[in-house]
Amino acid sequence: MENADNYILKVDDLKTYFAIKKGLLRRTVGHVKAVDGVTFQIRAGQTLGLVGESGCGKTTVARTIVRLVPATSGRIVFEDIDVTSADKTKLRRIRKDVSLIFQDPFGSLNPRMTVGNIVADPLRVQKKLSGPALTNHVATLLSKVGLSSSHINRYPHEFSGGQRQRIGVARALALEPKLVICDEPVSALDVSIQSQILNLLKDLQDQFRLTYLFIAHDLAVVKFFCDVVAVMYLGRIVERAADDEIYRRPLHPYTRALMSAIPHVDPSLRHQRSAPGGEVPSALEPPEGCRFHPRCPLADDNCKKHTPPLEKKDDSEHFVACWKS
Amino acid sequence: MNRTTVLMDLMSDNGIALSVEDLSTYFFTGQGVAKAVEKVGFNIKKGRTFALVGESGCGKSVTALSIMRLVPAPPGKIVGGKIVFDGRDLLTISEKEMRQVRGNKIAMVFQEPMTSLNPVYTVGNQIVEAIRLHQKKSTRQAWLGAARMLKKVGIADPGQRVREYPHQMSGGMQQRIMIAMAVSCRPTLLIADEPTTALDVTIQAQILDLLDELQTQNKMSILLITHDLSVVAERADDVAVMYASKIVETAEAKPFFEEPLHPYAQALLKSLPQLDLSPKRLSTIAGIVPEPLHFPAGCKFHPRCRTGCNDARCRTVEPALRQIRPGRDVACWYAPGYETDKERAEYESKYGKR
Repeated sequence: MENADNYILKVDDLKTYFAIKKGLLRRTVGHVKAVDGVTFQIRAGQTLGLVGESGCGKTTVARTIVRLVPATSGRIVFEDIDVTSADKTKLRRIRKDVSLIFQDPFGSLNPRMTVGNIVADPLRVQKKLSGPALTNHVATLLSKVGLSSSHINRYPHEFSGGQRQRIGVARALALEPKLVICDEPVSALDVSIQSQILNLLKDLQDQFRLTYLFIAHDLAVVKFFCDVVAVMYLGRIVERAADDEIYRRPLHPYTRALMSAIPHVDPSLRHQRSAPGGEVPSALEPPEGCRFHPRCPLADDNCKKHTPPLEKKDDSEHFVACWKS
Repeated sequence: MNRTTVLMDLMSDNGIALSVEDLSTYFFTGQGVAKAVEKVGFNIKKGRTFALVGESGCGKSVTALSIMRLVPAPPGKIVGGKIVFDGRDLLTISEKEMRQVRGNKIAMVFQEPMTSLNPVYTVGNQIVEAIRLHQKKSTRQAWLGAARMLKKVGIADPGQRVREYPHQMSGGMQQRIMIAMAVSCRPTLLIADEPTTALDVTIQAQILDLLDELQTQNKMSILLITHDLSVVAERADDVAVMYASKIVETAEAKPFFEEPLHPYAQALLKSLPQLDLSPKRLSTIAGIVPEPLHFPAGCKFHPRCRTGCNDARCRTVEPALRQIRPGRDVACWYAPGYETDKERAEYESKYGKR
């Protein structure tokens, strides 16, 4: 049985490479290994947080799941559909059951469409709704996300960043999806608005039994929001564990470094951090062996040569990819 | 400079590097006058970091641009106030004199290093330009100086890197270049406008450490402009919170984070998700940040405030920033010790006992 564990999404050894083409004949001269062997599962009703610095491949994972970019190899199973090999009909079902909320509320809404049309579009395409039924449905959706039905005929530019993000949420919920992929949904918003949107997403999750794949770089936001956290570095997951566990006992040196780099909202805790030196290397030529070794304080010769697999630690659901842990 | 002059310098004007008094900057637009900064005042002490914190549109960046006299005019105009630096009011000196200050004595680091660096010049060229403009140095000396600056901000292989273009570097490295350029003339005041907002956390920590190091080495003051309270907690000595064009609270960082006094500052701190707490829901601030063209009457925070939203006085009379105890200034009628006895009596005669 595929779904014995109640997993709604299973990603297995996913690789997404982008070819670099050069010259007159556009010959492939190399690959950007944006996602290089990522494995995780999400249980229905849960929230998985995917954390990492820019360029680590977290957005590419999201885009591959909905097949906006093709996977190079590996398997993605959503419910009982294999996404990587799905035909047109199946793909259409995936696009209905999986929706996206984007980071930039300014760039992700068409400025020439009214709010009503933005939210109604998926309903027209997928459910063939029209007329008053459609209008009613849109009005209900808007009120669910804290907007009023009087906003239907307005355009995105008339709204603030937080309100626009609410429009994006309404659009994502229009088709009653099972899985919602939130790609940095609050990082472009003001602090006082961030908490409003995070609470809204949590309420909607309870109301509609949504499953979230929550992509973020802010560890504090992820701690508040997620049940399971996976930390990505250069196209690979380096550690994955339940939210309490990973924050209490981070095992991978990169996770530890990330945690200590977060500034605390308390001046008396100043200078207790130890940020890792150096920067994230290019995904074009990732380092041999463990990809974190050039920045890792614990690295030795073995780390430079052999890539550590993501393995269970002492029988718990705590996975880590480090020779030294 | 020898020791005595340094000491004299430090002792003059009470150790204050920059003092802003009643600064008002307006934008005259087709839809009306946007009061982006209104009667803002603060002092930046020598060798310390002063953080101006607030959400987008609160006027913190316009305050910085006003200090540099870089407010785009028209539509912007500094309509009043004083900015005292080195014993002179920067708002009255000529543009030529201002050019001696800008980039030399007061330098600025911007939020987006990718758009603030010129893509068609090598980074060395851009640093050399700043050095040659303000210091009598030969081209050769200036290039050596540029390489030295790059080394100072922690860039490996500076001799090679000076000849490279901004696009060849990562975001963190570009921000280091911006900082190198800003401190190349040893400014006494560095204005850093959201210096780490565009960067990843591990790089953010590196840049904050770098600013710390340069501050100690050069004894410079820093005006840190940010929306991120955790960066403030990490880095600042003094804090001013801005909301809707005005400063609503100032204090030293430690007492501020222990006990914020303004309801906005309190709510902002409470709404932050924190690592060591795991609440079921986050506390929020209702409503949205008002825009300068549509500020509410009275206290500008009252529509979003738990105490103020139903209070007749908060809705009509704006409280001014006032010292309520040594080192603590706040602009809220209901901050402890804010109201005078006379005001309380007036309030009760007007609106009844409370």
